[in-house]
Amino acid sequence: MNQFQYVRPVEQASAVKAFVKDANTQFIAGGTNLIDLMKMGVVKPDKLVDINRLPLKDIKKTVTGIHIGALALNSQVAENSLILQHHPVLALALNAGATQQLRNMATVGGNMLQRTRCGYFFDTNMPCNKREPGSGCGAIDGVNRMHAIFGASESCIAVHPSDMCVALAALDATVTVLGLKGERRIPFADFHRLPGDHPEHDNTLQKGELILGIDIPDAPATKNVAYLKVRDRTSYAFALVSVAAVLNIEGGIIKSARLAMGGVAHKPWRLQNAEASLIGKQATVDNFKQAAQIAMQGAKAYKYNQFKLKLGPNTIVQALKTAAGVA
Amino acid sequence: MEKQLKKSVIGEPMDRVDGRLKVTGAATYSAEYNIPNLSYAVLVSGTIASGTITGIDTAAAERAPGVLTVITHLNASQLVGYQASTIAANGKPNYRVFGGDKIFFNGQPVAIVVADTFERATYAASLVKTSYQKDEHKTSLEDNLVNAISPSRGKDYQRGIVDAYKTAPVKVEETYMLPTEVHNPMELHNTTAFWDGDKVIVYTKSQGVKATQQSIMNTFKLTEDKVQVNSRFVGGAFGSALRTWPHEIATVMAAKKVGRPVKLLLTREQQFTMVGYRPKTIQKIGLGATADGQLVGITHESYSQSSVYEEFTEGSNNVSRFLYASPNVTTRYKIIPLNVGAPAPMRGPGEATGAYAIESALDELSYKLNMDPIALRLKNYSENDPERNLPYSSKYLKECYSLGSEKIGWSNRSQTPGAVKEGDWLVGYGIGCGVFGAHRGRATAKIKISADGTINIQCATADIGPGTATSMVLIASDALGIPTNKITFELGNSAFPQAGQQGGSSTVSSVGSAVHDVSLALKKKLMELSGKTENDVSPGSYTDILKQQNLPYLEITQGSQGGDEGSKYSMYSFSAHFCKVHVHAITGQVKVVKAVAAVDAGTIINHKTASSQMIGGVVGGIGMALTEEVLFDDRYGRYINGNFADYHVPVHADVPDVDVIFIDKPDPVLNPMGTKGIGEISIIGFAPAIANAVYNATGKRVREMPITPDKLI
Repeated sequence: MNQFQYVRPVEQASAVKAFVKDANTQFIAGGTNLIDLMKMGVVKPDKLVDINRLPLKDIKKTVTGIHIGALALNSQVAENSLILQHHPVLALALNAGATQQLRNMATVGGNMLQRTRCGYFFDTNMPCNKREPGSGCGAIDGVNRMHAIFGASESCIAVHPSDMCVALAALDATVTVLGLKGERRIPFADFHRLPGDHPEHDNTLQKGELILGIDIPDAPATKNVAYLKVRDRTSYAFALVSVAAVLNIEGGIIKSARLAMGGVAHKPWRLQNAEASLIGKQATVDNFKQAAQIAMQGAKAYKYNQFKLKLGPNTIVQALKTAAGVA
Repeated sequence: MEKQLKKSVIGEPMDRVDGRLKVTGAATYSAEYNIPNLSYAVLVSGTIASGTITGIDTAAAERAPGVLTVITHLNASQLVGYQASTIAANGKPNYRVFGGDKIFFNGQPVAIVVADTFERATYAASLVKTSYQKDEHKTSLEDNLVNAISPSRGKDYQRGIVDAYKTAPVKVEETYMLPTEVHNPMELHNTTAFWDGDKVIVYTKSQGVKATQQSIMNTFKLTEDKVQVNSRFVGGAFGSALRTWPHEIATVMAAKKVGRPVKLLLTREQQFTMVGYRPKTIQKIGLGATADGQLVGITHESYSQSSVYEEFTEGSNNVSRFLYASPNVTTRYKIIPLNVGAPAPMRGPGEATGAYAIESALDELSYKLNMDPIALRLKNYSENDPERNLPYSSKYLKECYSLGSEKIGWSNRSQTPGAVKEGDWLVGYGIGCGVFGAHRGRATAKIKISADGTINIQCATADIGPGTATSMVLIASDALGIPTNKITFELGNSAFPQAGQQGGSSTVSSVGSAVHDVSLALKKKLMELSGKTENDVSPGSYTDILKQQNLPYLEITQGSQGGDEGSKYSMYSFSAHFCKVHVHAITGQVKVVKAVAAVDAGTIINHKTASSQMIGGVVGGIGMALTEEVLFDDRYGRYINGNFADYHVPVHADVPDVDVIFIDKPDPVLNPMGTKGIGEISIIGFAPAIANAVYNATGKRVREMPITPDKLI
């Protein structure tokens, strides 16, 4: 680990100002990911701005929905009664991620900024365009079992590791961020980005911008939800494939459907075409299979992740079955 | 043969004598000795798989704050008493830490940095810059099978006709792959060393302090009285602490150089490359049988990875030679030297690997024969050891089959795969057997009775988790007739009387015999002093004898070892593992919903700790079958998942309730307690029980472990 400066502001504005634009500065909250990366030498910040003293921990009802402060802990959100009542899929997704110990430390804002678990990214002796632009992608012709099947590029086939973000993508959340120029709001779907030629950028935050919180709009569906995560062990493993499903079913007919996948792309992968195919249809396994087929259009696998082309649709079908309560 | 036990405390489910210390954090593990003036060492790992160090720039590291020294191959030889080379006299690779410029595997330590704090040492280590001349490396087992060699140990075996299975009416011919697994004990490997004049004192994670002492004596040309090794508590090892590793030698060296205590703790990532692993092994099994299930021939071939600088062999083929009564058996064993660190024995070494293959193949045969897998095993039950033509000292495997199958609910199993469903989950049942040699080595114990009537026993054995001291207290209590709360047992100190390493399931048999014998010797001595017989003196009045004789205490040291039993009997522990699995029909997830381990390990000294040990082995078996695998990128010769997040040991949620059934009948031959050993058979055979259950559930035979969801959809 390199030597670094450490500051701990108590106000948002000073936190943003403390972020010296030219230096290699990072915000730190729970540190559950950043500390690991620093220990591995993957990131070497010159300065850490500890934001834990900022008043960003609230989880509260607003006029249009629910606001979650960026520093709310993953475990607090997962156990919060408002969340359990209005957006249980978010609690399910959070509890599917990491371990209770990590969830007790990790924040919502930090979870959104989690770096990929690609082994090449983590090993400074391997090529990785995300860690070191221009060094090449080790995974594309390497051990790529965990990697993307959607939206990858020649530069990077890594996946975003978060479970929480898959649910937030399905819930049409909005992210509020603060920069030197003031606040701005980013639709969740636009927060994370595809790798393209710049996999070093995981998201669309401008340098120095601080996440203040997220807002989840009210939605009718709370009962027919599922978060299904298929992984190599029952807990504390990243998704091979995961699916968040939020259905609004009335009289056996699907009125609205929101679906997102994890473990398949550089960002939480929203399945809008599959959703559209379900609207107005009956909640049947056949219709779920059709939606899953639509969802997989454009998927491209690599040497070791061919199985995702089958596990993906299977997981979508199973998640929809669970959400709809269909055997 | 003495067999008067089985009366009092033997078998009692006694709490660990050090349990309170462990759960309250009061047990001091090797890395927790914060000796005054302690300094901290960090190893710098090499980053290529094969080649030569052309330059190593330590200037920046040496200038970094708090740094005391940086040792590399360039200055290591200047240290008193340490001479080494990376090329042996015969020109072959010779891996000695900082012994030369040759690199044999990725992660090989190239420097040790010592500083006044751990953080400063860590930072300084990151400043060491090494340049290399890379050579072509070989890390893939599959790609290098043509380079397989017959090792100097692990001979091929032949009984009857060569490859007789080929002409049998019913046959199975399949290949099974077990990937590299890493021990991954919770406690990281660590060493603290300091020199007191010409004597070195070492605290280290060790499965045998005497062996560690000997290694340090040999390396630094020291006599026994100049090396003190302590390893009182060990947070798991699974075989990874059965040898003295380069990092231990490096720490002793660094302590000499800086003239103050040095502590080194490997990182979790370094645990993947520096302290061994279970070697990836490809096994080809041929089974031939008559139509009614009588085995005609077994062929078992193993191809196992080893290092370029050292041969590692293990008994992967052993099980196939004697567990079943086949007239014809062929086993062949080859190793493939690769640019990887040397493997090390990992729980159930070899036998666990071999049992996975043979027990899977036997299951495949049972379906071809349309025969219940237990019936097939009974049909080929070996009443005597067909390899050595000797009777077993004891064998209650039939009882294991019977009790275990009843407990798991074997009668609910369908012989047709995929026939049973519970909701979306396919249900399957599987069996796998374990067998491992029951050994007794030489051990010596010192016993002391004090005026207050307390008993203290010392022996340089280890406790890597099974609860050795607790078992020894029970054995002594039983032999002496003195309550357990008056007896203490100390271990993990090289100044104590000799014992072998804690490995090969032999500690209770070896050290327990020494404790038993020295306890009886003490009793005998007390009787001699009192001039009375055992019938006239109650254990409670031993202190009176000391008083009468004006003795503040009485102390006896005595060695103990077996006789020629091994030439008359074949001695093994046996286990029959059963499990019930759920396999999700759509997502391929596997859940072990029930596990039963039925065990013939002779007398059980402590049912509580023995059950825990069995459960631990079962968890290891779940890892082997379902989750554990080191992934290698052969282009770079580096691990992809060498960390605790991406290398998956089973978590609690993967482990069901485990029912442990002990037959608990004494072995009449091996040792005075009638024990055999359970450390290895707890894991041996469990992985195939899962693989076989998965087949029973799905009709899919996965022959490459681990069985992850992608292999079942």
